[in-house]
Amino acid sequence: MTGGARAWLRAHSELGVSALLLLLGVLVLTDALTLDVDVAARGPVGPATVPLVVGCGLLAVAVLLAADVLHGGRGEAEGGEDVDLDAPADWRTVLLLAGSFLGFAVLIGPLGFPVSGALLFWAAAYVLGSRHPARDPLIAAVLSLLTYGVFDRLLGVPLPGGPLMGVL
Amino acid sequence: MESLTSLMDGFGTALTPVNLLWAAVGVLLGTAIGVLPGIGPAMAVALLLPVTYGLEPTGAFIMFAGIYYGAMFGGSTTSILLNTPGESAAVVAAMEGHPMAKAGRGAQALAAAAIGHFTGGMIGTLLLVALAPVVAALAVDIGAPDYLALMVLAFIAVTSVLGSSRIRGVASLLIGLTIGLVGLDQLTGQQRLTFGSLQLADGIDVVIVAVGLFAIGEALWVAAHLRRTSGRPLPVGRPWLAREDVRRTWKPWLRGPFIGFPFGAIPAGGAEIPTFLAYVTEKRLSKHRDEFGKGAIEGVAGPESAASASAAGTLVSMLTLGLPTTAVAAVMLAAFQQYGIQPGPLLFEREPELVWGLIASLFVGMVLLLALNLPLAPVWAKLLRIPRPYLYAGILFFAAVGAYAVGGEALDLVVLLIVGLLGLGMRRYGLPVLPAVIGVILGPAAEQQLRRALQISDGSLTGLVNTPFSVTVYAVVLLLLGWPLLRKAVARRAS
Repeated sequence: MTGGARAWLRAHSELGVSALLLLLGVLVLTDALTLDVDVAARGPVGPATVPLVVGCGLLAVAVLLAADVLHGGRGEAEGGEDVDLDAPADWRTVLLLAGSFLGFAVLIGPLGFPVSGALLFWAAAYVLGSRHPARDPLIAAVLSLLTYGVFDRLLGVPLPGGPLMGVL
Repeated sequence: MESLTSLMDGFGTALTPVNLLWAAVGVLLGTAIGVLPGIGPAMAVALLLPVTYGLEPTGAFIMFAGIYYGAMFGGSTTSILLNTPGESAAVVAAMEGHPMAKAGRGAQALAAAAIGHFTGGMIGTLLLVALAPVVAALAVDIGAPDYLALMVLAFIAVTSVLGSSRIRGVASLLIGLTIGLVGLDQLTGQQRLTFGSLQLADGIDVVIVAVGLFAIGEALWVAAHLRRTSGRPLPVGRPWLAREDVRRTWKPWLRGPFIGFPFGAIPAGGAEIPTFLAYVTEKRLSKHRDEFGKGAIEGVAGPESAASASAAGTLVSMLTLGLPTTAVAAVMLAAFQQYGIQPGPLLFEREPELVWGLIASLFVGMVLLLALNLPLAPVWAKLLRIPRPYLYAGILFFAAVGAYAVGGEALDLVVLLIVGLLGLGMRRYGLPVLPAVIGVILGPAAEQQLRRALQISDGSLTGLVNTPFSVTVYAVVLLLLGWPLLRKAVARRAS
């Protein structure tokens, strides 16, 4: 690919949104058309009608958005108190955060909430740039135990205690 | 008169020790969350949705209402001292409040904002007491076509009034509607978009969508663009006002609510437009017009009062019609659904204790907030120094707790992450998040009303427009849709 083409694609990366909408539309339409409507039809409007409308809407929006992007339209990235839009996007941090989150999903079963929750907070704080070897894990542990206590014991929302709570 | 008696009963509910405790917890959490940069009230309420699994509804909604108002109070502290408004409603507060803080008048700016919120909230809630039962009584006979029309209005309004690009708003709405379709069809039990998965047959829980879009999406988006050097908040003392300040602010405080309240009540009104209108009004009426832009106290008082009143207006349409007009109201509606309660005209008949307890608790919360905010402002301001890694790690942590509490399944965490990545992409490409959330929450209900209406009319499309109410609402929808064309035509004639 030539440099010019790559730059063009980067400037028009919003076309990817359009493609995703298109894909979603096709998915919704296929699902709606393969529904077994006759068996379950009750009343004039069956279970497939609204999905068909939504699917067609997705296709239409995908095309309109692509047209808008090609005519120079741009979605404005959202600002915020801690958001610096002038700096280039730091996708590595995002990936590491997503990874920590997945790790939590895997570990909550075997380790229980207090341990896996503390690990999630610690890992996320580290990825986001906190470098206090003592303070970080301490805050993580206290926060996780407190949350476990409030939710599991006080509010009656069950969280798995895991082996640690079995010992204590 | 009748609503006054109901309100008194409501105070009976709100002033029980337990509910008073929830109100206090709500306003404390709300103020903290409002002051904390990066967390808006919608994210706060979304993160707290899991408490609905353990609390009875009255206590939960009293707490949510406290958070809503508290976050508004706290939000102005951030904009005045840090000049970086996190919420669009607080942008105006920064325009005059921050210059005041720079000139050493931060204490006065905070006081003008806090008392403004108090007056606006009080007047707004009084209007809510007066109006809500009337609206509910008018709307009590409305049927399926009318409900459908209202939901269509909500869809159109959030996509075309808010945000800079209609097409992106519609895209977001359709994404939300698609997520709402996943699961078993409510009328026939057919599987839609489940791809044979048992977990998906139950649908994607609204809590997961709200937490994913508002909390995970936001945290990841900020992580991608984290400002390495956060702005330094200006130091501030205890808020107070001199007599001259009071002379300049009492009229703006009283004017604000009458701009804020109506805008809060209409779909997609929100607080942005009324705060801006209140600002422009005060600028025009002020005797100190030259001070505007350099720290005019009227420019803080009026808009802040309008912002709180618009929150009360939001509650009118949410409680009486089941129509969420802001992100917070949308998440609160999701909380109602968690309890199996349908907000709408019948809510006042079926759940009087809940509704009036909630409304009475707004008055209680307002008094608590004023008491908390005036003397403690310097303490709250310390929250602005929280290290950002802890703040955003904490958001991820509580989002994980919330999603896991839904069903105790690790798979929900994966779904949450996917929805969060969707929210990240939406923020990157300027798709507003609110239409998607409204689509998930109202979509299934709208489909049910549509099918019910067409069942009654035996499939004839006229069944959708056979009441004066629905025709009126569709007329408003058409007006909204045609507005850009209309405006263009007017502009052409003028030029």
